[in-house]
Amino acid sequence: MAIQHVPLIRPERGHALALLREMLRIRRFEEKTAELYQMGKIRGFLHLYDGEEAVAVGAIRVLTPEDAIVATYREHGQALVRGLPMGCLMAEMYGKGNGCSRGRGGSMHFFDVAHRFYGGHGIVGSGLAFAVGLALADKLRDEKRVTACLFGDGAVAEGIFHESLNLAALWKLPVLFLCENNLYAMGTGIERALSETDIALKARSYAIPAEVVDGMDVLAVEAATIRAADAVRHGKGPVFLEARTYRFRGHSMADPQLYRSKEEVAEWMKRDPITNFEERLRDWGLLSDSDVRDMEGSISAEIDAAVAFAEAGPWEPVEDLTRYVTSR
Amino acid sequence: MAEFRMPILGADMKAGKLVAWRKHPGDEVHRGDIIADVETDKAVIEVEAFVDGVLERTLVEPGETVPVGTILAIIRLEGEPALAEMPAGPPAEAGAPIVARPPAVPLQPPVRLRVPEAGGVRISPLARNLAARLGVDIATVTGSGPGGRIQQRDIEQAAAAMARPAPAAPSEEVPDRQMRMRQAIAAAMARSHRDIPHFHLFTTIDMSRTLTWLASENETRSVADRLLYAILLIKAVACALREVPELNAIWVEDKVVLKPDVHVGMAIVLRGGGLVAPALHHTDRQSLDGLMHDFRDLVQRARAGSLRSSELSDPTITITNLGEQGVEAVFGLIYPPQVALVGFGKIVERPWSVDGQIMSRPLMTATLAADHRALDGFRGSVFLATIDRLLQEPDKL
Amino acid sequence: MLKMTYREAVRSALREALRNDPRVFIMGEDVGRYGGYYAVTHGLLEEFGPERIRDTPLSEAAYVGAGIGAAVNGMRPIVEVTTINFSLLALDQILNSAATIRYMSGGQLNIPLVVRMATGAGRQLAAQHSHSLEGWYAHIPGISVLTPATVADARGLLLAALNEPDPVFIFEHATLYPLEGEVDEDTGPAKIGEATVRRAGDQVTLVTYGGSLGKTMEAAGQLADEGIEAEVIDLRSLRPLDMATILASVEKTHRAVVVDEAWRTGSFAGEVGAQIMEGGFDLLDWPVQRVCSAEVPMPYAKHLEEAALPQAGTIVQVVKEMFQ
Repeated sequence: MAIQHVPLIRPERGHALALLREMLRIRRFEEKTAELYQMGKIRGFLHLYDGEEAVAVGAIRVLTPEDAIVATYREHGQALVRGLPMGCLMAEMYGKGNGCSRGRGGSMHFFDVAHRFYGGHGIVGSGLAFAVGLALADKLRDEKRVTACLFGDGAVAEGIFHESLNLAALWKLPVLFLCENNLYAMGTGIERALSETDIALKARSYAIPAEVVDGMDVLAVEAATIRAADAVRHGKGPVFLEARTYRFRGHSMADPQLYRSKEEVAEWMKRDPITNFEERLRDWGLLSDSDVRDMEGSISAEIDAAVAFAEAGPWEPVEDLTRYVTSR
Repeated sequence: MAEFRMPILGADMKAGKLVAWRKHPGDEVHRGDIIADVETDKAVIEVEAFVDGVLERTLVEPGETVPVGTILAIIRLEGEPALAEMPAGPPAEAGAPIVARPPAVPLQPPVRLRVPEAGGVRISPLARNLAARLGVDIATVTGSGPGGRIQQRDIEQAAAAMARPAPAAPSEEVPDRQMRMRQAIAAAMARSHRDIPHFHLFTTIDMSRTLTWLASENETRSVADRLLYAILLIKAVACALREVPELNAIWVEDKVVLKPDVHVGMAIVLRGGGLVAPALHHTDRQSLDGLMHDFRDLVQRARAGSLRSSELSDPTITITNLGEQGVEAVFGLIYPPQVALVGFGKIVERPWSVDGQIMSRPLMTATLAADHRALDGFRGSVFLATIDRLLQEPDKL
Repeated sequence: MLKMTYREAVRSALREALRNDPRVFIMGEDVGRYGGYYAVTHGLLEEFGPERIRDTPLSEAAYVGAGIGAAVNGMRPIVEVTTINFSLLALDQILNSAATIRYMSGGQLNIPLVVRMATGAGRQLAAQHSHSLEGWYAHIPGISVLTPATVADARGLLLAALNEPDPVFIFEHATLYPLEGEVDEDTGPAKIGEATVRRAGDQVTLVTYGGSLGKTMEAAGQLADEGIEAEVIDLRSLRPLDMATILASVEKTHRAVVVDEAWRTGSFAGEVGAQIMEGGFDLLDWPVQRVCSAEVPMPYAKHLEEAALPQAGTIVQVVKEMFQ
């Protein structure tokens, strides 16, 4: 299936700056967490989103606060766009008690029920079934809400992907399946993992309307999501978007990236969603140098404040180790 | 000034090898630039810089492996003057938190112990067996375990205490304690006599070399440090056991079990008429001075009733040295489950043939009581002969 | 008091829940049109409709996962995984989501999900359809594991499960479905976490659960004929485990046998034995014994299957050896 090409519609300035700012905010946040990880402040696994910002920003801003989001372990971008406070995310990665999951989860397990952000799932594909369940409850109670489920190309090979799509289509559940196809499941490229690499086609085979989107173009993602969410919200059943994107960094911090060439990465970096969008906005006369300076300045301040919040945060008392295993 | 440190690049990375510098002193460095290649367990990773500035100085050479957090280079930030001297300081503790990390919590406690109603004796199966072996009446023992449970060490302490003389105790108690000890000894000896098919061997040892060496050795020592000849006997027995290991064994369930370590038990008489035979551990490996010290300590504690449990149950062979009491030879009973008892009698000046001439020599009779199930006369003889041979070269003990 | 079978008792609890709480719905393979693989849900589709008695495709992982999501989002799903043998396909959802998300999110959400499964052997269904893996589930913190062995408990424990804020896994031994018993439909939910003494005795404690209760009671009867009075304890739940009742019994009897249809190595009986030792070391006059299944994949031939499973005769034999 070919990428649907979006006609170039010039956005309103405030909206355009907001989109750019969100993407930049993610990029700078990821740079900071990489630095903190190398310093040993953040431990365990760290999966960064550099290069994929247009997908989270384009899609999640379309959703309403009543909609639900299920993401994966590569979730910093999605959580930030959704509105989870940056300090809480940073504190979570520090393992502090003022983290969004009380320091119980770390980078891979952000949860914020108030923002209807449901993780943060570490087992590839697992979130799809969870999302199907959230949507099932909405359907049973006639709630006009969308459950957006973001996952990668790696999940497409898991059985649960197929079971979940089948179930969602069979029962006409309000799920927006958003596949962030960055072409690699850790070190295995999709041509080595999938006999049929057209992922949107697979969704169609489950009778789910599917579209391929340029994941490096924030406006294209936004437009596709508006269409898809609208259909889902109006009870048409699930919709599938395949966003073709690329991650500029390794799978995680320890990844030496032996499985792809530097030339390939460099080629994709020419399509950096942030720099390309910036250029377009300048072409349209919507963006000035001082706008960028202001953005970078306020983002930098927000990041510093988030780090301070995390550094100052308390460790959860060890006596609370067994709290929240159960509800009683 | 910014420090570029060895980064943590994976969940359990503790150290990394600097493979190559990608920037050199004087080069401009920008955020995101690759500044070095670092090798981890998995592979070589390109490491980026997080600051803008100029690489001032590198502190680690390619090929060096350093712990994470070690300063690798100094980067001069914009507007800063050049660095005059080397920075001092050890690597910062990676991930040192401003707020102290809390200590580990102990594991969850196991199921709460339920103890029987008062009136019963709480005793572990092991302790119960040991009490029977040592002749301890458990009704008189206080348990030190959870819920007042009697454990192995309680029985051992009770057994040792049974040997303790009690000058301050009321007179009715002494006969009781003594009687209990006698009963315990009686049980052990009867069992030895009943179960162990003893055979006895003896040999006469010319002690002149030993005594001569000892005298000259003791000349060089202060009174407090002088060695007793008994120590040489003990050491000789221990070394002989290395050469004839069949005697360093116990008899258990119809078979002999060789023991790897030599722990010689010394029969010690107690005031008030009792006997214990605690072990000198690893007798073969000790120096004479060490043995002397341990022996003294053992005697003192045996008489004070404060022997350790392992000392009572560990001997692999026992020596009874009754020479001082004036007997010439000892034909004793083995302490089960050991398989041998070595006896030494008094040293007597007697005529002895030396190279065809009759001379007066200090002679001592050494005896061996051995368990015929575990070994035969041939090996027993070799053992005694070995002791003799070793005592002829006392400087080598 | 009504006479009914175990399956009817489960059904009565399901019906009561569906009637009283609009959030409750049932989801699983063949629960609707087929009437339930073990006929437990027979008739419910006609009464409550296909939205609430929801047939699923053969997608254990997805529909258990969906049950989790639906429970998080305000419903009270009862997922029927036909048998424990198929639940293995959903183990990741059970362990890594159902049992874990509450803790991992720092307590932000709870998952009031009930999952029912048939379990056990004894009907010549061979190796892949005869498992007893309740012990595997009892290993996991964050969930409850119930094993109703009587008709009353089949109803009472299910009603109790529906009041729990966290996931509950109910294991119904397949041979119990036709069991007849008495149910008081005015009795509400049973208590989770309480074992029951089914037969009093003072010479040996027989601890068991689920499908093994019948054989254990039979063994107790035989032992009584031989002058040994056994106390039989029905655990009713493996997690939480009621050690207090077990230890009170062992305090009286000083001898314990755990009867468990799982394979002996790593069985839940091992856990019970360890806890009896930890809590009752001084009460024991004999090491705790276990009667479990032979460590073989369950064979099809009847005589072999019988030999592989714990039987009343085996229990009697083991107890008698404790009185040599």
